Amino acid sequence: MPHPLIPVPTPETQPFWDGCNEGVLRINRCVACGDAYFPPSPICPQCSSSDVEFFDATGDATLYSYTIQQKPLDLWDTQGPRSVALVKLAEGPMLTSSIVNCEQTPETLLLDMALRATFVNFGGTTVLCFEPVEEQQ
Amino acid sequence: MIPPGATAIVGAAESTEIGTVPNVSSVGLAIDAAANAMRDAGVTAADIDGFTCGYFPVADMSRQLGIFPSWADNTVVGGCSWMFQLRNAVAAIHSGYCTTVLIVYGESGKSTRRLGQSGDAGQRGGIGQQFDMLYSGGQAAATFTLPVLRYQREYGLSDEDLAVGAVSQRAWAVDVPRATLREPTSVDEVLDSPMIAWPIRRAMCCLVSDAGGALVVTSADRAMDHPKPPVYVLGTGGALESGVMSAAGVREPLRPEFIRTSGDAAFASSGITHSDVDHLMIYDAFIHNPIFGLEGLGFVEYGEGGHFIAEGHTAPGGDLPMNTSGGGLSYAHTGAYGMLCMLESVRQVRGEAANQVSDVDVALCHGWGGYWSACATLVFGAHAQ
Repeated sequence: MPHPLIPVPTPETQPFWDGCNEGVLRINRCVACGDAYFPPSPICPQCSSSDVEFFDATGDATLYSYTIQQKPLDLWDTQGPRSVALVKLAEGPMLTSSIVNCEQTPETLLLDMALRATFVNFGGTTVLCFEPVEEQQ
Repeated sequence: MIPPGATAIVGAAESTEIGTVPNVSSVGLAIDAAANAMRDAGVTAADIDGFTCGYFPVADMSRQLGIFPSWADNTVVGGCSWMFQLRNAVAAIHSGYCTTVLIVYGESGKSTRRLGQSGDAGQRGGIGQQFDMLYSGGQAAATFTLPVLRYQREYGLSDEDLAVGAVSQRAWAVDVPRATLREPTSVDEVLDSPMIAWPIRRAMCCLVSDAGGALVVTSADRAMDHPKPPVYVLGTGGALESGVMSAAGVREPLRPEFIRTSGDAAFASSGITHSDVDHLMIYDAFIHNPIFGLEGLGFVEYGEGGHFIAEGHTAPGGDLPMNTSGGGLSYAHTGAYGMLCMLESVRQVRGEAANQVSDVDVALCHGWGGYWSACATLVFGAHAQ
């Protein structure tokens, strides 16, 4: 029995998880009203249209708010305190994630800092995280 | 619209013991509380024709109690489920579906880890399980609290000012015999408590307790036939928003619309204004919940809630007594605190609270469910209006 917090995709969310395996942030967009949204769903939460599609988002985002969890699950490859974050995508949606590839301290994690999507192993599943843009330069 | 005071709470009780209750399951706590509430109301199972319990299969529980209801609910939206159920019971009684409803809650959050009950979050393949809970490991202290840092930065609320909320509620709990934590505390002590999820420390998080609670609700025309003074339901509100543990599903995380929607409905249906509120309960799973509640309900402007608490308005001696039992931080918090939250409001309106506020004519009670997923607002009164 896998750990209960290892994500279990459904047919409706599978394209997002396929994107994670390909290193791409794949989210939904409504063809009718143009609204990008998350989490995946077969109906647009903005206008109720069923004419929706998946697309590859830029992966660009900013840090809205966060906590630093002192004792995270040991399913992550890295140990020690870990950020839990509200991340705002350039396309608009807000989602829960974690900021990786940087120190997990208030001095390093600055509100509104530029982030980009990255993909991390979580108990054998590839999941979406974000990293500071500067770290890559 | 249901007229203010069309229904009333005529029976209300907690489980005989709360806090740490070994060797009693969630079911046992619920049945104990139900029995106490029926005795408090002077009724037996034969007088009950409406039933709701939330965390248990509804017919399992009603049958154990010897109740054969013609109306049942069992809405589960997290910690405020029993507040939603009260709202639904008011409508059911007013519409004639039933005359007298028993609302039952029990949760062995500490001793038997919820033995005998079903949960409300995190199903495999659910949105929360796939896209939210993995990041926090399901730890509420790291997720429910996500807007706190943004709030502090946006509105200039220091850690010291934030900590006052925990100090104020402990100050209430000192005089409450059934409260779990009764030693006075200080801002320094709160800020020295172990870090759980920066900037949230242990003393900013609720307790983990065992408790049950139950209410008996009936129509106003029957309300005088019971031993205790009726606590009239003057108005109700409820709303849903996030759907996940974090605030990622809240459209405006610092100005959550669901709080305003619920509060506006409660004020409109009761006909009261903010200045009518003599006593306030705002469900505190974590220290920031009352801040967001005060603002969303319109007691203060957005951005003022943290400072309002820091200035002592809600503490003993303040002009807006809030969470007078000590709340989830100091009294008890099982996992779902909504029933315990309502029971303090009922005690205050009846005049039987440990920290009795003088002349409570109107009491407002606001609770959360599923983190930022649901909230409910209830207005109780000593008079039908």
